[in-house]
Amino acid sequence: MRTIALAIAAVLLTGSAFAAEQEIKLKQGPGLDKVEANCQACHTLAYIPMNSPYLNAAGWDAEVTKMIKAYGAPVEDADAKAIKDYLAANYGG
Amino acid sequence: MITRRHLLQSAGAGAAFAATGLSFSEIAEAASAAEQLTPGVPGGIASYVQMGTLPGKKPLIQLADRPPNYEAPLEYLRTPITPNDQFFVRYHLSDIPEVKAETYKIALGGDGANGTAELTLDDLKKMPAIEVVAVNQCSGNRRGLSNPHVAGVEWGYGAMGCARWKGARLKDVLEKVGLKKEAVEIFFAGADGPAVDKTPDFVKSIPVWKAVDESTIVAYEMNGQPLPHWNGFPARIVVPGWTGTYWMKHVTEIKALTQPLKDFWMNPAYRIPVGKFPIRDRFLTQENATTTPITEMVVNSLITSHRDKAKVKTGKVAVSGMAWDGGYGIRTVEVSTDGGKTWAAATLGQDLGRFAFRPWSFDLKAKRGNNTVMVNATNKIGQGQVSELIFNGAGYHNNVMQNITLVAG
Repeated sequence: MRTIALAIAAVLLTGSAFAAEQEIKLKQGPGLDKVEANCQACHTLAYIPMNSPYLNAAGWDAEVTKMIKAYGAPVEDADAKAIKDYLAANYGG
Repeated sequence: MITRRHLLQSAGAGAAFAATGLSFSEIAEAASAAEQLTPGVPGGIASYVQMGTLPGKKPLIQLADRPPNYEAPLEYLRTPITPNDQFFVRYHLSDIPEVKAETYKIALGGDGANGTAELTLDDLKKMPAIEVVAVNQCSGNRRGLSNPHVAGVEWGYGAMGCARWKGARLKDVLEKVGLKKEAVEIFFAGADGPAVDKTPDFVKSIPVWKAVDESTIVAYEMNGQPLPHWNGFPARIVVPGWTGTYWMKHVTEIKALTQPLKDFWMNPAYRIPVGKFPIRDRFLTQENATTTPITEMVVNSLITSHRDKAKVKTGKVAVSGMAWDGGYGIRTVEVSTDGGKTWAAATLGQDLGRFAFRPWSFDLKAKRGNNTVMVNATNKIGQGQVSELIFNGAGYHNNVMQNITLVAG
């Protein structure tokens, strides 16, 4: 958790040379905290509304799995489950 | 110029507005960016999209700011050469250093080379230079229009541009170290990298035969200027005819390989199903029974003068746009105003070479009410556009003929 927070801080700091990052307001719901804590270590949360609402639960499941397996995102299993559930419930088609 | 938007983007103002929700001006701006979106992209984009202003760039449609993915609005694609400050921006990974020209070096080598060497920007500029006008199109351009939708950066029409690239031939660069006869692929890496170490760094390879093609260059100029930071300063690979994935930005390593590159970005990423598209350029060392790397662009066209449902006057209406392909050159662009039953030739504009945007125009005689305009480009080997999407899981190669409606009244 701490390393991810540091990673976010580092990215925001280096990114700040260009412009303040756009704040993406995601829908309130269970698991939003896990999304915010994990996903934005590597990328803006804009990818979530960008890929909505057509991805269904299986589609979001595959995306989160890809982030962990293919891109090496350090997400704990419990968090991954919470993130998948949040995305399917709030951004699923 | 300091605009109200710049002020809003500053950290303090951003935090203040974050506390109270969206301001009126932010809502107005989001609406204007949403109007620039290509019809048919996922609806969620309109909830946050804004016109982003990267340093040195005019406003571009900001799909994502980290990593930066910004597409050109339609109005930027009305000239056969896309100005540097209007050129789209696409990155996979978010650690993007500002590379300094003075300290920049390209490392040459690999097990398929006879030796190693380093090239500075000055070394590169001292080599014989060539210029090529070529379309740089993201493999995923129009992904957002896939039906069914597929996951990824949901591009509309604007993940492309055409520029005059100047640089040294990659063939000449490779001669600095010499290729062994066993070399099969040429590998590229760039200065940008991932936010976390476990994410595969973005690296690519192309077949040796494509690398030594006389049109493939290591470019350090774009439209007579140094490359913009966001388009690969100080130097990038330019592979005319092939999609942008191989056009490595900020290139720092060029290596000859005797074995096919095994990497996430070669497989499973950037793949198309074998046999589904009319592709001539095959990347055989990477091909397997079911998938093959994306290579050349399919023949395509875009109406740039009007958006779908645009209001026009009755009578003569000049409809125009661009056509392009994988480097065979455009032979004809045809327009149908009756849904594809009959076709009439559009007038082709300036020919900047076989890899360039080819402008075209057509005088529509608009009658009161709805007028449909359908466009089909054909290249010099007889390939045309398709009427039905050839679906593939990554949303590549969408060259479905447009059929827009202009409303005259």
